[in-house]
Amino acid sequence: MSHHLVEVRELRHAYPDGTLALDGPTFTLHHGEAVALVGANGAGKSTLLKHLNGTLRAASGEVRVGELPVQAETLAQVRRTVGMVFQDPDDMLFMPTVLEDVAFGPRNLGFPPPEAEARARVALGQVGAAHLAAKAPYHLSVGEKRRCALAAVLAMGPDILVLDEPSTGLDPRGRRLLVGLLQAFTHTRIIATHDLDLASRLCPRTLVLHRGRLVADGPTRAILADRARMESWDLEAWPPEA
Amino acid sequence: MPSLAAALLDLRELDRLARLDTPVHRLDPRAKVLATAAFLATLASFGPREVSALLPLALFPVALAALGEVPFGLLARKTLLGLPFILVLGAFLPWVDRVPVLQLGPLAVSGGWLAFASLLVRGLLAMVTATALVAVTGFGDLCAALDRLGAPRAFSQQLLFLHRYLFLAGEETGRALQARELRAFGRPLAPREYGAFAGHLLTRSWERAERVHAALRARGFDGVLPARAQTAFGTGAWGFLLGWSAFFFLCRWLALPALLGGLLAGGGS
Ligand SMILES: Nc1ncnc2c1ncn2[C@@H]1O[C@H](COP(=O)(O)OP(=O)(O)OP(=O)(O)O)[C@@H](O)[C@H]1O
Ligand SMILES: [Mg+2]
Repeated sequence: MSHHLVEVRELRHAYPDGTLALDGPTFTLHHGEAVALVGANGAGKSTLLKHLNGTLRAASGEVRVGELPVQAETLAQVRRTVGMVFQDPDDMLFMPTVLEDVAFGPRNLGFPPPEAEARARVALGQVGAAHLAAKAPYHLSVGEKRRCALAAVLAMGPDILVLDEPSTGLDPRGRRLLVGLLQAFTHTRIIATHDLDLASRLCPRTLVLHRGRLVADGPTRAILADRARMESWDLEAWPPEA
Repeated sequence: MPSLAAALLDLRELDRLARLDTPVHRLDPRAKVLATAAFLATLASFGPREVSALLPLALFPVALAALGEVPFGLLARKTLLGLPFILVLGAFLPWVDRVPVLQLGPLAVSGGWLAFASLLVRGLLAMVTATALVAVTGFGDLCAALDRLGAPRAFSQQLLFLHRYLFLAGEETGRALQARELRAFGRPLAPREYGAFAGHLLTRSWERAERVHAALRARGFDGVLPARAQTAFGTGAWGFLLGWSAFFFLCRWLALPALLGGLLAGGGS
């Protein structure tokens, strides 16, 4: 059961050029929890998320997924558990057609082709992109790419969903679809977003990053409404003043 | 530089064509790969000064393209892209061998020029055929076919990656060019900018390739791409392979042009 749990302790990450992108955030995610990760541009959100599935490895500090410390030996298992939707969908879509791309993850998990394809079709249906199955990924609009990238992760059936700005570039209907979809999930979810409306609808709890530090961790509405603190983190309060 | 955007468009066009559904597309990719290999071997087996004897072989790429609905414009563009390389390769030939071997009206043609013409024809035929093959098979299936035919995994996979990364690099280039264009108002790239631009592009493409790789890994990719739908090597495939092989054999050993009435005199010698 405990594999739904994520634990991050004293995580530090510096990029090769010396930028200290993460400066010691420490927190835990509990089973089935939906958590928003907010912070200004460059605050370190994407960098943090990339540690959760081992795309980036902790220079110091620790990330644990369930019982497993995220390290080279556990990567395969960690990635079965943690499904990550990257910020830029162009980084994800790789195969010649959308269907093949979405089936790519399940194939790697060892599903035989027909079953992988069936999973892919279900996932595409979930995100409202069933009609795109035969298209080439690079012929899609940004919003369509985003949906397909989400489907690509859903098709793998992860326990924990890590989403990096999932609503950017979606039209109002697509966004509503996404909110509904994410609400329906029972996965543990962590969502990096600038879309504070989405954060307040989906996530009872919010983490705030400011220049690589975790500066707030608590109930979403209270944090987002605290005008003075939000502004001190280069953010704007939500809901906006009438 | 705009030709780069055009080249990328062609690359995409090839990908789109590969998903058409024609009898040639439905053939087992291995039959097409093997027939093409036989074609190339036949091309290579002719004497260095053969020209007219090579011409009937053009039937193979023409048939592939026509049956596979590959537009001839695209074929021509892709083939011309390779022309400079062939010209450079063959440029010295006329200087090496100047002994006249053939009288074309008032013109004395040296052995070197014949060899040059022969190389040109072979080069163009090989380019057209390779393009047509990719267009009616698709890069993914082509690599899978190589794989199933026993080519080293690393080779076929690298080929596939090269193809996908070419897209990525092309797209980065396209975006960067477009962004620059919007602020340049038609001013061409200055030599000094050129270096910065190229360096920037290289880094961008590299970093994107890294991110793509990270994203693949995140979905459980462990170095081997899942194989695509596998077709059986049926009667159609055998017919295609054996039929064309027989044709190549005839071209090579029965001097078909002589039978058909040569287009150019004295191809032999
Ligand atoms: N590959 C890299 N090399 C060097 N520095 C980097 C690299 N990637 C990110 N950074 C830096 O690390 C910091 C955190 O970047 P990150 O992408 O995590 O921010 P973010 O919170 O996701 O921002 P955004 O909201 O704009 O997506 C930034 O200062 C950024 O400039
Ligand atoms: Mg980010």
